[in-house]
Amino acid sequence: MTVEAVAGSPSGARAASPPYVAIAVISAAALAYEVLLIRLFSIVQWHHFAHMVISLALLGYGASGAFLALSAEVLQRRFVTVFAVNALLFGVTAVTSFLLVQVLPFNPLELLWDPAQPMWLALVYLVLAVPFFFAANCLGLSFYSFSKLIPRAYGYDLIGAGLGSLGVIALLYVLKPGQLLMVIGASGAVAAALLTAGGSVRRRRAVVGAASVSILVLAGLAGRGVSLQPSPYKGLSHALRVGGSELVEEKSSPLGLLSVVRSPLVPYRHAPGLSLNSTIEPPAQLGVFTDAEALSVITRFDGDISRLAYLGDLTSALPYQILNRPRVLVLGAGGGADVLQGIYHGAGEIDAVEVNPQMVALVRDDYGEYAGRLYDRQEVRVFAQEARGFVAGSERGYDLIQVALLDSFGASSAGLYALSESYLYTVEALQAYVSRLRPGGLLAITRWVKLPPRDGLKLFATAAAALRLSGVEDPERRLAWVRGWSTSTVLVSNGEFSPQAVAAVRQFCTERAFDLVYVPGIRPGEANRRNVLAKPLFFLGAQAVLEHAPAEFLDSYKFDIRPATDDRPYYFNFFRWSSLPELLDLRQQGGMALLDSGYLVLVVTLLQAVAASALLILLPVWIRSRRRISSVPAGTKWRVFFYFMAIGLAFLFVEIAFIQRFVLFLSHPVYAVSVVLAGFLIFAGLGSRYAQREGRSGAWRGLLLAAVTGIAGISLIYLLALAPGLDALMSWHDLPKIMVTLMLIAPLAFLMGLPFPLALTALGDRARDLIPWAWAVNGCASVLAAVLATLLAIQLGFTFVVLSAIVLYAFAAWVVGHSFTDREASIG
Amino acid sequence: MLGRHRCATVFNGLASPRFSKGRRWPRRPALTRRLLSLLLVFALPLPQGARAAEDAWVEQRQEMLAAIRDMAATTPLDTGGEAMSESVMAVMGRVPRHEFVPERMKPLAYLNRPLPIGHGQTISQPYIVALMTDLLDVDAEDVVLEVGTGSGYQAAVLGELVRKVYTVEVIAPLGEQAAGRLARLKYDNIESRVADGYYGWEEHAPFDGIMVTAAAGHVPPPLIRQLKRGGRMLIPVGGRFLTQYLMIVEKDEQGAVTTSQVLPVRFVPLTGEH
Repeated sequence: MTVEAVAGSPSGARAASPPYVAIAVISAAALAYEVLLIRLFSIVQWHHFAHMVISLALLGYGASGAFLALSAEVLQRRFVTVFAVNALLFGVTAVTSFLLVQVLPFNPLELLWDPAQPMWLALVYLVLAVPFFFAANCLGLSFYSFSKLIPRAYGYDLIGAGLGSLGVIALLYVLKPGQLLMVIGASGAVAAALLTAGGSVRRRRAVVGAASVSILVLAGLAGRGVSLQPSPYKGLSHALRVGGSELVEEKSSPLGLLSVVRSPLVPYRHAPGLSLNSTIEPPAQLGVFTDAEALSVITRFDGDISRLAYLGDLTSALPYQILNRPRVLVLGAGGGADVLQGIYHGAGEIDAVEVNPQMVALVRDDYGEYAGRLYDRQEVRVFAQEARGFVAGSERGYDLIQVALLDSFGASSAGLYALSESYLYTVEALQAYVSRLRPGGLLAITRWVKLPPRDGLKLFATAAAALRLSGVEDPERRLAWVRGWSTSTVLVSNGEFSPQAVAAVRQFCTERAFDLVYVPGIRPGEANRRNVLAKPLFFLGAQAVLEHAPAEFLDSYKFDIRPATDDRPYYFNFFRWSSLPELLDLRQQGGMALLDSGYLVLVVTLLQAVAASALLILLPVWIRSRRRISSVPAGTKWRVFFYFMAIGLAFLFVEIAFIQRFVLFLSHPVYAVSVVLAGFLIFAGLGSRYAQREGRSGAWRGLLLAAVTGIAGISLIYLLALAPGLDALMSWHDLPKIMVTLMLIAPLAFLMGLPFPLALTALGDRARDLIPWAWAVNGCASVLAAVLATLLAIQLGFTFVVLSAIVLYAFAAWVVGHSFTDREASIG
Repeated sequence: MLGRHRCATVFNGLASPRFSKGRRWPRRPALTRRLLSLLLVFALPLPQGARAAEDAWVEQRQEMLAAIRDMAATTPLDTGGEAMSESVMAVMGRVPRHEFVPERMKPLAYLNRPLPIGHGQTISQPYIVALMTDLLDVDAEDVVLEVGTGSGYQAAVLGELVRKVYTVEVIAPLGEQAAGRLARLKYDNIESRVADGYYGWEEHAPFDGIMVTAAAGHVPPPLIRQLKRGGRMLIPVGGRFLTQYLMIVEKDEQGAVTTSQVLPVRFVPLTGEH
């Protein structure tokens, strides 16, 4: 059926062209919703659901493709109504699905204990896919109904999504996440209202009425927003259950929700890893939770240094035993504990770097008096910047760079950060830190102790690797490592440790009942004496990293302690497939504590994604294929399947991999993702519009081949040249960096925007019944790609992900080397 | 390795020297105890349904014991210890765990897994409770402090083994509920209060053993002060549903403190010659 036929049909309510603006609005709202869901889940659950959210959003899109495969022909006759109803339903379910998910008894911590939990997880996954299903119905039906205008509509879709990804970040500064949810709900109604401009009076009234009511209701609720209920097992929930505690302040931004809690009856006394020999109670503290977890404290400081003595009894105080009045750089200042520690030890100057300006403001302004005007002191300077970016952009040399312990023990211990990319602890990061040290300066990194050794050992291996890569031939003379019962601190020296320094480390451990893990010249009998393990695993590990062939040791260790790199920035992941059978066998005895649950959630998500996309996307299309497209030759169907599967996987692989590369370059976890995402979407959108003009000439295959060749070529060049090139520009200001990023993304994304609409247009001309099938297969591929890209990156790195994408693009080009349809093949 | 000396385990099932006032059942050999408990159940004026229910609990408890025993037998722990001490096992077989979980969790009470008990807290998995109790290494005349009452289950287990248990809970509704529960079950040798566990329970210090089941970023110095010389403190470290490792703090006769860390599971991360 052609557009003309649709427009001329008797029931009215037809649109002569796709509702471009409404398409852009829905697309923007859906993308904003996706970003918002990641934010909401970080607050009520944990960050590792980010991957699930991306996957479930794509599931909704894919399921819609399948749904349209079955019903598009019927639905397009009532295009305006169907579009408007779906837009409204998107808005309503965006809010209600989240509310429903909040009351489901889903608890990821019980995933391995409670057989019902995987079902709850599946339900969460399905319920949250629903709004995306409705959004995608609007988009997919537009493409189906106006097949000749697909590229242009697709362009609006992508540009809308690009704007959505930027807009949501801006809005997250103004609105709390719960309020923004309402705004997104209302935007569904806005899209519906926009659409009715050309409809019949009666229908217009009905839709406008419904839309207005929805907007009013949602706007009314938006005043307060949806109330978020963090998991009862999160730090903030626990803190608020303690008698006398109260939430005194909340600040929200895309960087996180900061909750300040006062607990006068049961003070915080936050002093992670405090020596057992210490008898000092920390002064009063305010708890600051980021996303209801990751406790940092603002310590009451009245100028009396002696009250801070407990800060000398943490493992992180080690470098101060060696250095005299050092110039200190604190990376990750949080509530300011490490700055206080520097002040207590008489540091000459302290530069404190904290990524979240709202956190800085809490310490400097809101609770400035309480914190003893910490950040106004003469020796202290504060920078609201991301750590890697600051180090790259700073010319200053330091005597001590202190990387603070900011993730909470509980979440760290449950492996909940396993999926978080972190550029703080990679080989390249450590090289950068060490390059900022003055001669004899120290890099000190403190981590939680995990048993059997994982976290600290990985850090130690990373430090050794960084030194070796920087050309240091004797890393064993420049490393030291001590541990208490719950924290351990690794020192990396810019120069050899002097005998005096080694003696100071020994004395520090003796006085505070800490253990030596490694110092130059350590004897076996010195290790594992005060915090005793059945085997001196830390000591043995450190020796193996330094003395034996380290690669062999790292490969044979039962946890993934290979040093993290910028290409594989998963410092917090320790999971190894080879250990899984043994750990599962031991699970009843507590072997589960050794599994990183974050990684398992990702695996479970992938399984769900496969099952759900097969069931909701491929199965309906298969049913459809029996009924409708049985006349289409099998070869064509398979070609369409492989083509759209390949480009679906490849697009997301490239996008996800380069987002990571640019996140590091732009040095900001939030702006970077939205700038890069918007760049990809907008330029891909432009590519799609270009495809409209050029692709109809019949030369679409030539254009496709050129696009694929271009994508492969640019990707390869970027793989080889991007990292060193961008490193050289790391010290630039934000704006030029953003411009460079967009200029680099533009050609790649433009070309990546071509393969999908080119092929869709070709199908629209020759095998129109296959369009929903193509749409569904592409959606299904995306559902898997979002999870698969991360799984591959964790194991093999982003370079591998990009190479896979190039192979997939090449495969797609080969599949349609001649044509989709045998008929055309025989002609051409 | 830990330098711990195990008390003579009670294999013969005779009344243990660790006889405690607060216990519910007299100690008997396993089989006899089982029969006796059945007799007791029948002798009590319980309605038919309740009696059958009590039978079912006894049976489930036996299955739980078997699970723990299996695990302890196949897991020669890092602790250097052999099997779980019989006195601890006997107590695990007596304490009615189902009384310590919310109503809807009762059917799951004797599964070897942690369970949520509300207020964001959990009741530890039976194997871990048995292991921690075993590692605390208490005597019948001991006075023990518990920080973090939670459901009260761990206190009850300890209560059957020692002379007196003091237990502190910071979350008021949880502490009050546990206190009521322990009183109803006639654990007369357990005293509980709602308070900040940081300061321990000064009036009753020093303690022969201290069990810190609350999440702790660091070990409160007051607790170390309140630990008797020669005493032992046990701290499970990890999340609410998973115990990463157990930390044992020991104070020797001179007052010097050492700690050891023990995995609840036998797992060697190094392969090959390493």
